Amino acid sequence: MHHVVLERWSRGRSIIHRRDPRAKLATLLVFLVVLATAHHNLVWLSLALLAFLSAAVIAAGLPLAGVLARAGIVLPFSAVFAAVSWLAGDPGRAVALLLKSYLSALAVLVAVSTTPLPALIRGLEMTGAPRFLLMVAQFLYRYLFVISEEAQHMTKAAASRGATARSLAGSRSRFRAAAGALAVLFARSYGRAEDIHRAMLARGFEGSFRTLGALDFRGSDACFAALASLLLILTRVAIERAG
Amino acid sequence: MPPLVEVRNLRFRYDDGTPALNGVDFRLEAGESVALLGANGSGKTTFVLHLNGLLTGQGSVEVCGLPVDKPNLAAIRNKVGLVFQDSESQLFMPTVLEDVAFGLLNRGMNAHEASERAKAALDTVGMAAAAARAPYHLSAGEKKRVAIAGVLTMEPEILVLDEPTTFLDPPGQRALAELLCHLPQAKILVTHDIPFAHAMCTRAVFFENGIIAAAGPVEEIVTRFGWEFALERRKLSR
Repeated sequence: MHHVVLERWSRGRSIIHRRDPRAKLATLLVFLVVLATAHHNLVWLSLALLAFLSAAVIAAGLPLAGVLARAGIVLPFSAVFAAVSWLAGDPGRAVALLLKSYLSALAVLVAVSTTPLPALIRGLEMTGAPRFLLMVAQFLYRYLFVISEEAQHMTKAAASRGATARSLAGSRSRFRAAAGALAVLFARSYGRAEDIHRAMLARGFEGSFRTLGALDFRGSDACFAALASLLLILTRVAIERAG
Repeated sequence: MPPLVEVRNLRFRYDDGTPALNGVDFRLEAGESVALLGANGSGKTTFVLHLNGLLTGQGSVEVCGLPVDKPNLAAIRNKVGLVFQDSESQLFMPTVLEDVAFGLLNRGMNAHEASERAKAALDTVGMAAAAARAPYHLSAGEKKRVAIAGVLTMEPEILVLDEPTTFLDPPGQRALAELLCHLPQAKILVTHDIPFAHAMCTRAVFFENGIIAAAGPVEEIVTRFGWEFALERRKLSR
């Protein structure tokens, strides 16, 4: 059984968890726009936004260090572009790339960690996001772990017959064998998808997903979204003017 | 009284040309539990996929008097509850409750009623406490129970279970047998588990090369095809 950290985090009962997903999505959108369009005093603005996100993480009862570390997953990707900008003689852009990518990832992580996936998908659906994309996201989340488990089983089977990462890298024929294993994994995933489709048809699926229950957007959710958005905008205005 | 399932001369060939069914005749009466036995690749699973129109071959398949064709598919899928071998593929929704309610919502039932019915079905299979859990957090036995709840909510007249004891440990198999014994539906069990078939079914049919080679009481069929060692092994272990 897999230990799904995000799934566990998202099932909390804090004041942040209890907010309607649409309120969190609206606030997230404002956050991203405020951050993406900022150019002056970016370091100070980033520090302020980091403080807000950290406060949200603490209010949600999530481990701050764990969340901050997990958001760092984007850094290897953005660091490549930052390095290119740096080498091209634009260190300011390089720093901005790193700050913006990290804070964006952190904000998304906070939203995802405080909203169970079914509610998040429903919230996105009710805000007009394409249903087909949401269905793909839902299935990806559901079966990512199953596919990863199948990959682990194949890795163990290979290791039990003497394969190691070094031996695979050292020989073209072995590398070809590893590529073949990937193809098998793809074929298994395809087979799994066919089985799932059959199971859906067997229970009357006709092309559109229907889900249980509707979300309840309350006055407190509207207040949360309005106040948080206002705070973000005012913070940016104040920091830019101070600069 | 007409049979629940009547199949006449069913033939099916996969897209790659492999013949899977070569003229199957089969009847299922109300209240019956029938085991489908036979070697791997003999056509058992292919056969049951025809019972609610997931595959379509040549010949005639009727369920509760309705021919299995496109206009009747929705009605037939309400009457035939199919539990797949690998529950992992059958439980695709984010939570157990949503998965069990999936078929009811597809039928057009409102969310509140679907939710109540799904909770009742989970209660029947002893999984009410797992309603809010994600399916991948469940054990194999629990997944099988939830998959059965998902088809029970549809109130089918026929339950079709493909290799129901696969992935289950002995206590899980025993719990499943007890659960199935209490369900009133007619049942078709595709299985290699001879003791389970013997305990659950009133008769068996034996598939061989895409046809039903024999039908009769389970013990007689397994003896005739040399599969009695599975029953004897169980007696020895006692």
